[in-house]
Amino acid sequence: MSLSALFFSVIVLSFNSLLAQKFVAEKSSVSFYSSAPFENIDAKNTKSSAVFDSSSDEIAFSIPIKEFQFPKSLMQEHFNEKYLESEKYPKSTFSGKIIGFKGNVSGVQSVTAVGKLMIHGITRDVTIPGTIERLGEALIMKSQFIVKLEDYKIKIPQLMWKNIAEQVEVTVEFTFKPKQ
Amino acid sequence: MKTRSPQLMRIFLLMFFLPGTILAQDDLLAELERESTPETEYTFATFKSTRLGNGHTIETKAAGALEFIFGHRFGSMRGGAYEMFGLDQAFVRLGLDYGITDKLSVGIGRNSFDKTMDGNLKYKALRQSKGVKNFPVSVTAFGSLAYKLSPKSNSSVSPDFQNTDRITYIGQLLIARKFSPGLSLQLMPTIVHKNYVESYEDNDQFALGMGGRIKLTPSIALTTEYYFNFNAPDNDTLLEDLKRYNSFTLGIDIETGGHVFQLLLTNAIGLNERAFITETQDNFFDGDIHLGFNVTRTFQLKKNK
Repeated sequence: MSLSALFFSVIVLSFNSLLAQKFVAEKSSVSFYSSAPFENIDAKNTKSSAVFDSSSDEIAFSIPIKEFQFPKSLMQEHFNEKYLESEKYPKSTFSGKIIGFKGNVSGVQSVTAVGKLMIHGITRDVTIPGTIERLGEALIMKSQFIVKLEDYKIKIPQLMWKNIAEQVEVTVEFTFKPKQ
Repeated sequence: MKTRSPQLMRIFLLMFFLPGTILAQDDLLAELERESTPETEYTFATFKSTRLGNGHTIETKAAGALEFIFGHRFGSMRGGAYEMFGLDQAFVRLGLDYGITDKLSVGIGRNSFDKTMDGNLKYKALRQSKGVKNFPVSVTAFGSLAYKLSPKSNSSVSPDFQNTDRITYIGQLLIARKFSPGLSLQLMPTIVHKNYVESYEDNDQFALGMGGRIKLTPSIALTTEYYFNFNAPDNDTLLEDLKRYNSFTLGIDIETGGHVFQLLLTNAIGLNERAFITETQDNFFDGDIHLGFNVTRTFQLKKNK
């Protein structure tokens, strides 16, 4: 019996390594939008990196804060200097697991990412809804979620009046290709 | 045996899957970090404004950004309540600074003190950085030309006084280091060349400025600036009205989005380098202090990048 168990596990193991395929983000876009009485703020970042392991459904991504491009240069400076404090916290990261992903299904499928989101040095457990679409050997992941600034201790000075909203809508899009 | 085998299998399965899943999450993030290419991180926002007090900081306007700067210096507080502590008197400089590129900016202004027009070019030559490229300071080169419109007629100064005698050239190296997000210090070796001077003054005057800022909150900072003039005339030989002093400034920067408000206490009333470095006639430490402020408003004329 123990022999068959060993046999089984060998098969599982080999299967595991056979399926173990890592995907890396070839293209990335992380943007956020906030609407406030005085001005809407939107910024986009195309310099993020991400990796997805289809055997374990684990995913991690890392966003360099300084690479968010704002339409106004002064806004970009304030975002880095005063709000996200990118000198102290240069990166925002997520590591977790994709739940509901079926590797053999083509087309768009709804999934959920569960894991730890770190922004401004604060790590929180989050559940983020999204979709994955298989296009040939590429995987396209899309997600949209709300980040509350106070959850991550991002303080808005009273002097800013109502220039900045208390929450922002984050849109993430990664195009993964198998790792060579 | 029958009951043991699933257990055994479970153990095997656990052995093969569990360590993998536990390690993988951190591994995946660590893997990302490992594979990211090392970069040079350039220091930014060493100061909140292009002005430290009366003079400049290493900061320039970003490409496509236009800043309107309104500088105001009141009279001496020594005048007391009769002069409303200086508020009855005022000298104003209206100016515009524009970022041609992220490194090069151009500025113009007119100061009511001595009716001086000035224009300047400012170039960020070196930037403080760490990472692949390590450099301890940021260096900005500053060049300015100031043209004094007062007095109106040349002959009232001297018979051979020309229009070109109204010109002053200023050259500066602004050298700053941001020691931490809260502390930045700056040195400003300066040369002021005046085409025309009175007999007790030198045409070329060298000065060294020093200053810095301490951030109190993300939007509020304390600032100070001092210029030491090496070629200042000897006050002991001069009449009271002609004595010259080094300029000193204490200030507070308050930033609100597109505005920066700088409230200052200073002994200088002129708002160009010639005036405040070489022609400051009040002694800060003798109580001849003036209230002043700079208000800036930035407009983004061209979209960032």
